[in-house]
Amino acid sequence: MDPTFFLEQIFNGLGYGFMLFLLAAGLTLVFGIMDTLNLAHGSLFMVGGYVSAAVHVQSGSFMLAVGVAVLATVLLAALLEALLVRRLYSRDHLAQVLATFGIVLIADDLVKLVWGPSPIMAPTPAQLSGPIDLLGLPYPSYRLLILGAGFAVAVGLYLLVNHSRLGMLVRAGASNRAMAEFMGVRVSKVFAIVFALGAALAALAGALMGPISAVSIGMGEAILIPALVVIVIGGIGSVRGAFVASLLVGLVDTAGRAFLPPLLRELLPPALAADAGPAIAGIAMYMLMAGVLVFKPSGLFPARA
Amino acid sequence: MSNVSAKRTLGPSIALALLVLALALFPVVAPLFDLDYYTGFVRRLMIVALAAASLNFLMGRVGLVALGHAGFVGVGAYAVAALAEAGFGSAWLVWALALVAGVVVSALIGAVALRTRGVYFIMITLAFAQMLFYLAVSLRAYGGDDGYTLYTPLQLLGGENPVIASGAPLYWVVLAIVALVLPALWRLEASHFGRALEGIRDNETRMQALGYPTYRLKLCAFAAAGGVASLAGALMATQNGFVSPSLMHWTQSALLIVMVVIGGVGRRWGAPLGVAVWLVFEELLKQFTEYWHAPMGLLLIGVVFLAPKGLAALASRRAAP
Repeated sequence: MDPTFFLEQIFNGLGYGFMLFLLAAGLTLVFGIMDTLNLAHGSLFMVGGYVSAAVHVQSGSFMLAVGVAVLATVLLAALLEALLVRRLYSRDHLAQVLATFGIVLIADDLVKLVWGPSPIMAPTPAQLSGPIDLLGLPYPSYRLLILGAGFAVAVGLYLLVNHSRLGMLVRAGASNRAMAEFMGVRVSKVFAIVFALGAALAALAGALMGPISAVSIGMGEAILIPALVVIVIGGIGSVRGAFVASLLVGLVDTAGRAFLPPLLRELLPPALAADAGPAIAGIAMYMLMAGVLVFKPSGLFPARA
Repeated sequence: MSNVSAKRTLGPSIALALLVLALALFPVVAPLFDLDYYTGFVRRLMIVALAAASLNFLMGRVGLVALGHAGFVGVGAYAVAALAEAGFGSAWLVWALALVAGVVVSALIGAVALRTRGVYFIMITLAFAQMLFYLAVSLRAYGGDDGYTLYTPLQLLGGENPVIASGAPLYWVVLAIVALVLPALWRLEASHFGRALEGIRDNETRMQALGYPTYRLKLCAFAAAGGVASLAGALMATQNGFVSPSLMHWTQSALLIVMVVIGGVGRRWGAPLGVAVWLVFEELLKQFTEYWHAPMGLLLIGVVFLAPKGLAALASRRAAP
């Protein structure tokens, strides 16, 4: 197999993994600290994508677009938290799923009302549209930016969670909320910050993903499942687990799509290979999750030991 | 005293009989009011209610929230496609085999999935359903992504003038099946098996200590629910004359959960009520506006805050003295 193709797929896989991590970090913290399952997290991703694409087209500035998208989504999330999500903490998971699924339906209709039913194109920033030479591989520079941004955010979040006062409170809340509250941590205040932070990361992911895959209604639901897979493989509430699992899922999913079909063509009769290739590539991520859960039923790095 | 208890046991069965009678008369009355279309709608509603009731059995009785139930619906539907393709003509035989296929597949999946708990169980059932989904996508013999049309109709009665499984005859058969299976599920809930499951839901460790084979009991419940969902899938494939992977997309599994929760988890009438409310609202809203998602979303949020135990609980609270 061509080594540059191999390298390219590794980079693509890492890029997808970092994007998943931006989403999964917020999701896992919300779940870990408040025991709240927020299906609307994908909708925040979608809003980030739409606002960024719209501002970019209007203003021509990509940086401004990303900034506005993150800010707008954080404000929206704060409103959502104050009006609705806050009332769901004390309820069971099914009530949370039902209410946040309701938000997903409303968000989809509102986006349709504002931007129309068909997907919109998010332009790639002009300075980043060309390829860049990477170890002899001409790699799209925009994808490299995504890799860099994802990596930077991952490091920043790691430092924030593991080496800051806020992070200490967050970890305390995630590992034992009742005890943290007893020790004087105002978990609800910490949580409001975490919820906003999660929304900012989701919006950033949406804004960055826009130019790669078109911005469309339903993009939030499509990414929600891989993000949930990630937090479950990693162990709910664990940022480290989410990080490892994001990269694992990103690489496994990309590798499955890139390498499995040609590999099967070598091994199987062509008709069977053409059928099995895409199917196995599609389920690679789920097989990974099922495999991990069989051996570690609470994920790789359970936050609550 | 005995009078009251007699009323309590008789009341529901009379109501049930009246409901079945009203539903049975619907295909006869509907054409008089130009409502033919709704015969198909009510039939679909009953089939979905069957699938939802089996999920409600798992969620309410065993405390297992499975996010892969549409996968078993799909197993039943594809079993019908495969058997019809292979030349089987009797609807009854095909449905029975579809049910068996559902029991086998869900027993295999349950054997692995039941090792996990809570949210991890939700996600592992989702994973297996997604595997079934992609398996169906890869089945090019059955149309892959595009789905598969059943050209040879199944027969309810063979002979010179066979009764084809469609239209009003299929409606009555579906009604009969639902009217048998739903009470059977209720019976199961009240049985020793059902009580044991309830015990496992409330405190599995204690049930283990008492000597109950909790894993095996849960597996039986899971396989039974999978079989009923599969039967629903088989009926759905028969009425549509078409199967496609979209039947088992994860959003379909999520919708089943949503409908059960709206109706009331663990309530007898929870599943049928939730299915009816959801599908009727959807049908009505779609006639007036393309923006029908948002009102459905508001309905969900409304149920969470105004009827936290589901709509069936509201009804029974009012009925109680």
